[in-house]
Amino acid sequence: MIATIRALAYLIASILFILSLRGLSNQETAQRGNRMGVIGMLIAVVITALALLAPVDFASMPTPDWSLVGVLGGALAVGCLIGAVVAARVAMTSMPELVAMLHSFVGAAAVIVGVATYLQPADAYEAGRSAHLVEIYVGVLVGAVTFSGSIIAFGKLRGMIGSRPLLLPGRHIINLIVLTACVTLAYVFVHAEVPWPDAGAGLFDAGMPALLIMTGLALLLGIHMVMAIGGGDMPVVVSLLNSYSGWAAAAAGFMLSNDLLIVTGALVGSSGAILSYIMCKAMNRSIWNVMLGGFGAEAGAKPAPGAAPAGKVTETNVNEVADWLLAARHVVIVPGYGMAVAQAQHAVKDISSLLIEKGVTCRYAIHPVAGRLPGHMNVLLAEANVSYDIVKEMDEINPEMPETEVVMVIGANDIVNPSAETDTSSPIYGMPVLQVWKAGKVVMLKRGMSAGYAGVDNPLVYNDNTAMLFGDARSSVQKLLAALRERSA
Amino acid sequence: MKVGIPKEIYPNECRVAATPDSVQKIVKLGFEVVVEAGAGDASSFADADYTEAGATIAPDARAVFSAADLVLKVRQPIARADGAHEADLLKEGATLISFIWPAQNKELVERLAKRKLTVLAMDAVPRITRAQKLDALSAMANIAGYRAVVEAAHHFGRFFSGQVTAAGRVKPAQVLVLGAGVAGLAAIAAAKGLGAVVKAFDTRPVVREQVESLGAQFIEFKFDEAGEGAGGYAKQMSDAYLAAEQALIAKHAAASDIIISTALIPGRPAPVLITPGAVTAMAQGSVIVDMAAEQGGNCPLTERDKVVEKSGVTLVGLTDLPSRMARQSSELYATTVLNLLKEMYTAEKGLVIDLKDEVQRGAVILKDGELLWPAPAPAAPPKPAPGPAPKAAAGNHGAAAAPAKKSGSANIVAALAAILLGAAAIFGPPEFIQHLTVFLLACVVGWHVIWNVTPALHTPLMSVTNAISGIIVIGGMLALYSSGPGALILGGIAVLIAAINVAGGFLVTQRMLKMFRK
Repeated sequence: MIATIRALAYLIASILFILSLRGLSNQETAQRGNRMGVIGMLIAVVITALALLAPVDFASMPTPDWSLVGVLGGALAVGCLIGAVVAARVAMTSMPELVAMLHSFVGAAAVIVGVATYLQPADAYEAGRSAHLVEIYVGVLVGAVTFSGSIIAFGKLRGMIGSRPLLLPGRHIINLIVLTACVTLAYVFVHAEVPWPDAGAGLFDAGMPALLIMTGLALLLGIHMVMAIGGGDMPVVVSLLNSYSGWAAAAAGFMLSNDLLIVTGALVGSSGAILSYIMCKAMNRSIWNVMLGGFGAEAGAKPAPGAAPAGKVTETNVNEVADWLLAARHVVIVPGYGMAVAQAQHAVKDISSLLIEKGVTCRYAIHPVAGRLPGHMNVLLAEANVSYDIVKEMDEINPEMPETEVVMVIGANDIVNPSAETDTSSPIYGMPVLQVWKAGKVVMLKRGMSAGYAGVDNPLVYNDNTAMLFGDARSSVQKLLAALRERSA
Repeated sequence: MKVGIPKEIYPNECRVAATPDSVQKIVKLGFEVVVEAGAGDASSFADADYTEAGATIAPDARAVFSAADLVLKVRQPIARADGAHEADLLKEGATLISFIWPAQNKELVERLAKRKLTVLAMDAVPRITRAQKLDALSAMANIAGYRAVVEAAHHFGRFFSGQVTAAGRVKPAQVLVLGAGVAGLAAIAAAKGLGAVVKAFDTRPVVREQVESLGAQFIEFKFDEAGEGAGGYAKQMSDAYLAAEQALIAKHAAASDIIISTALIPGRPAPVLITPGAVTAMAQGSVIVDMAAEQGGNCPLTERDKVVEKSGVTLVGLTDLPSRMARQSSELYATTVLNLLKEMYTAEKGLVIDLKDEVQRGAVILKDGELLWPAPAPAAPPKPAPGPAPKAAAGNHGAAAAPAKKSGSANIVAALAAILLGAAAIFGPPEFIQHLTVFLLACVVGWHVIWNVTPALHTPLMSVTNAISGIIVIGGMLALYSSGPGALILGGIAVLIAAINVAGGFLVTQRMLKMFRK
């Protein structure tokens, strides 16, 4: 009977997860969606725990093994506590790191579950043993790649590891060799009779060494793959790892014959895949192009000798900008990663509120790959209490650029680079960008004249209608806010 | 170095070459500024404002000219009421920046050369993209175009915008703008702003887009001569061409209430576009503002500097339109002059003319008395070069090819998947097939659900999927309860980290979602 209840509960949990993702389709239903996810998770965990404690039915419930219950309860409690503390403390600007870290946990859990499953007495899975072993093998492989890849992504986003792609000579060959080795080891693993080598069996007659060696190789593969990807491609990498973590969970479901894990893993996996696809499209790159890596380096290696549109850079100051903003009827603010780094979103919000109060139509334009995470800028603006009604997507705002008097670009570069549309030799040629140069006046808030994440020079700064406001984004924005208040008081 | 700002003495000239604002910036560059008393009066700038901006006030023009190493003016130097010529009052070897019109004022240029002057003409600044902020002509033309509409409105006895009132219906005024240069476009914008129905005519088909962007209708003229000349100006056409042009304009003039005509060809008399016949055909009370009056007018009936009425049509031939908005004109002119100064001035070297620079080379008429005008011809106007067009076509082609390629690789992927599924079905245990079914169905469901997620919520989506992929906690629990060796430790760790994921993911999502508000 308990098995029926469990199956039913898993079905309900699966449906709740689907509804949870569905809820995220717009802001009004999103919170409800999240709560459904929580309920689904609670149902799944509680029923699983009950089923483990009382394998047959409640009436014949044996005396539980208190040490197991203790470990389970303790691990759950400690894990939830840590998760809650991290969730409450994390700054919205470090969301990308948090997400990457959480991905690595799923990967690690998949590896551990795979190994633990393999160590179970073999007779439990006698039927279709090879298929089962393949499931374990694949689960551990995907989990390990997810784990190490996410750790490296975390390091890159944190700035602990340089964002420039690391390009080993013959890197594709290395990947190929590692993959071949993994396949060979799979053969060894599936045909091994015992887990550990002992008196009767040599090193490669046993499964565990092969599994562990493969895990090591997969970890290296994950590290190598993400190291080779440039910092500008981080939104894609993070989405891709999101997808991997889903596939890892699904693989765990296969090895454990657990439909709930399969369904959930598949949901997460396809979600991540779609996000990766959207991000790639936003950068006009194919997924292979990103994964094979090396993007930022090519651009950086070419110092663009003749290409540098050596022109005059017009510098401006906050007082001038304040005058322009107050005189305009339509203002568009383009936030980029620089705003996130400088934590300037609150001051930026105050500026937009003040302008709106003065009757200026002020809106935000968000490029799909602004920031280091899909939707990163939206979250930061939401944190600063910017109404999502005035936060527009690229396709909505581009046709309105010619009617816009002033565009303020805060810490963004590549996503407003006109050479993406005009210069076929540019590494970012063909990437859809915000056409800010069509506006009457562009004010770029920048720390200096350095190129953006993609390492590409931006001819926008030399335009006649572009004025540069140099300095740290936050202090510039705050000074600008003060100047605006002074004028409108 | 001293900069002098004399009062303009040309009749009806109200502008001034520097405003208190620009004086302040000139002082900041490191110059001393001397302003003639009352120089800004006609533009509503008081002497006190100049003093506050850091200038000193000189009692009369002679004091300014004798003190200044650099003189900023609006109009070219002319003879004064006391008989002396402004050109002769300038210090020998000094620099002058103003409108000069060297083609029309050859004598003046000779006179200036004798004084060993360095002269930069604001009207000779090349009209290239980089020099837009120095383009005084465009700045003035913009104002003139606006003012032309205001003058027309003044002489026109009706509303511009159509209205339906209790006292009857008012038809909107029909405005025809001839020549869609800077002045023409400004006139279109101003007339449109007042609510008129605006049509515009220009021989250059390339300006159609600009005209239409301002909401006016473009009148197309088809004849086998392209009208764009060097440096972005219109060029002169043959007689047959002109006749065809006049006929077309006459046809549209008859239906118009107001004509603003701005057609000019550099260095030549203005072309006659509105024939006397066309004027007679216009309705009584119509107005023509002929902005080309200084060069003879686009209509032969126009009288320079006068407003006359011919066969019931008011013809406005004023040539001082910018000066009638002296404060605005002075502000913009002063800014262009300031920008020219900034081009030439560096803190280390002071004011140095760089003859290699295209903009400065164009503007220089005299350097230490040596005639450098006219400058070598500027580069041809940017033609719709043949380069980009095929490229764009190639781009389209590539875009069209890409989906085909994509669907090709999708087919390969689908075929591979089908083969794998077939293999699994044949060799795999039945249980595996059942799981695979569930898996694929879930992928399809996920695919459809996720596409609906709004991009703004992509980060929360990621953290929520993160949380639910923590469902692997169940795998950890099963491992914990398995009887395998090390199950306790491995399972415990798996449960622990998966739980972090679950709690962290859901809570941070909740935190983020709470922030999204309307």
